Amino acid sequence: MPDALTSLLRDRDWLLADGATGTILFNMGLMSGDAPELWNESEPDKVRALYQGSVDAGSDLFLTNTFGGNAARLKLHDAGHRAGELSRMGAEIGREIADASGRKIVVAGSMGPTGEIMAPMGPLTHEGAVEIFHQQAEGLKAGGADVLWVETISAPEELKAAAEAAALARMPWCVTMSFDTAGRTMMGTTSEAMSRLVAKLPTPPLAYGANCGVGSSDLVRTVMGFSGDTPVIAKGNAGIPKYHDGHIHYDGTPDLMADYAVLARDAGATIIGGCCGTTPEHLAKMREALETTPRGPKPDLALVAEKLGGFSSESDGTDGRGPSRDRPRSRRRARA
Amino acid sequence: MSDDAEDDIILSELPDDELVQQMFDDLYDGLKEEIEEGVNILLERGWEPYRILTEALVGGMTIVGNDFRDGILFVPEVLLAANAMKGGMAILKPLLAETGAPRVGKMVIGTVKGDIHDIGKNLVSMMMEGAGFEVVDLGINNAADSYLDALAAEDADILGMSALLTTTMPYMKVVIDALVEKGIRDDYTVLVGGAPLNEEFGKAIGADAYCRDAAVAVETAKAFMARKHNQMAAG
Repeated sequence: MPDALTSLLRDRDWLLADGATGTILFNMGLMSGDAPELWNESEPDKVRALYQGSVDAGSDLFLTNTFGGNAARLKLHDAGHRAGELSRMGAEIGREIADASGRKIVVAGSMGPTGEIMAPMGPLTHEGAVEIFHQQAEGLKAGGADVLWVETISAPEELKAAAEAAALARMPWCVTMSFDTAGRTMMGTTSEAMSRLVAKLPTPPLAYGANCGVGSSDLVRTVMGFSGDTPVIAKGNAGIPKYHDGHIHYDGTPDLMADYAVLARDAGATIIGGCCGTTPEHLAKMREALETTPRGPKPDLALVAEKLGGFSSESDGTDGRGPSRDRPRSRRRARA
Repeated sequence: MSDDAEDDIILSELPDDELVQQMFDDLYDGLKEEIEEGVNILLERGWEPYRILTEALVGGMTIVGNDFRDGILFVPEVLLAANAMKGGMAILKPLLAETGAPRVGKMVIGTVKGDIHDIGKNLVSMMMEGAGFEVVDLGINNAADSYLDALAAEDADILGMSALLTTTMPYMKVVIDALVEKGIRDDYTVLVGGAPLNEEFGKAIGADAYCRDAAVAVETAKAFMARKHNQMAAG
């Protein structure tokens, strides 16, 4: 029998994912600086409410509250040794909510980055990263997650380590990177490069794409840069964060996110959701728009900018118009 | 690579100006050993350590910083460049202390509570050092008290805070509020940065400036230090 996500992808030509996790939990009283994953144990009702919000808004898939549930991140909260356990709890609550929904809903076990820089530039070895991810993956699997959902990745090396961990856990997986620096990831990876990277993996993901980053227009531009047959994921932020009366507020309205959802689908995305700032109210509008708007032609950048706002950079590095430095070759030194 | 003309650069045979240009390129390419060699050659030729720092290293890192700002270089290249610069700095640091080089300013920097991401912060630290600032790096996951203690103990001019997560960025306000509460907010220039932030956010939480990358952080820090010196001269 195929896994839950594969079977949903067979039945449907688009899926609505969920929205923000952090934003919602803050609104429920999570304090800045505290680990959201600890709530899987101490505040399970609030985590239930988080998941239920997505389900009630029409999401076909939601992510577990386990983004920072790896040993490297949890050690900040003296809970590094509890990575597997807290991830399992997050998935168990998700399983419970999905099973009670009365429809097919995928529980996606969120796995965020380790936060460490990988060798040779930084201290984290490939083996170390695989172990950290694998430990979390086993927890998510034990808790009943349908699929592993590796997200907000910047470094290709870290993506490869997560792929290996998913294989070790014998779990289907998905992966999204965050394209937040001039249309690329912080490490310089373009959308094009991610497509190539994913195509070469020995155990390819069920779907891949982009999440977070800068605003929804940038995210649609990134989606337009992907290529290949693997289903594409779009999970963009609801606008830009603003600070109001002690709260972070994202300036993207539900209507804007509805436009974004339709454009993302026209641009080639199959699994569409939000990231930071995206509330159930946004999701409901996105669902409605996806159901009532016929598919359109692939949008061009001008249309995306007109509907969703301008881009954070002129080029995203895929069009040959990105900035570059010309150096006289004679002064350039070649390294053996 | 088999281009002989490129491989055969002998640093010690280059005149000063070409050597400095070559060091710019070597910094850009992250060649640590070559930078160390360049620094030693300039020292042998009688250059003041402070001149090597500003003209060769800071000059080269400025190019790196500008290209990072402009989306030409990304984090891996900048880390390599900064690592090469560190090699040069390790030679210069004790000499700078001996020769009493001018003090540019002192910064306490750290990633806020709950945030493990220190890439941006490390870049800022290295670029600030490259620009001649003294930097006290508190690492990751800092509570308000650790910032306040370090500011007092180090007699710092600037507080730098970094957050890479939307879930941790509000903590910057907690730290600034703690400074206000103690009546010491105006004793420091507060700079904030990190991927999810923007200028409006920086203003709303009461920081002096939001710096969108390490190069901007250096420019902003210099501008604030110049203002401070002018005020002191005037007062």
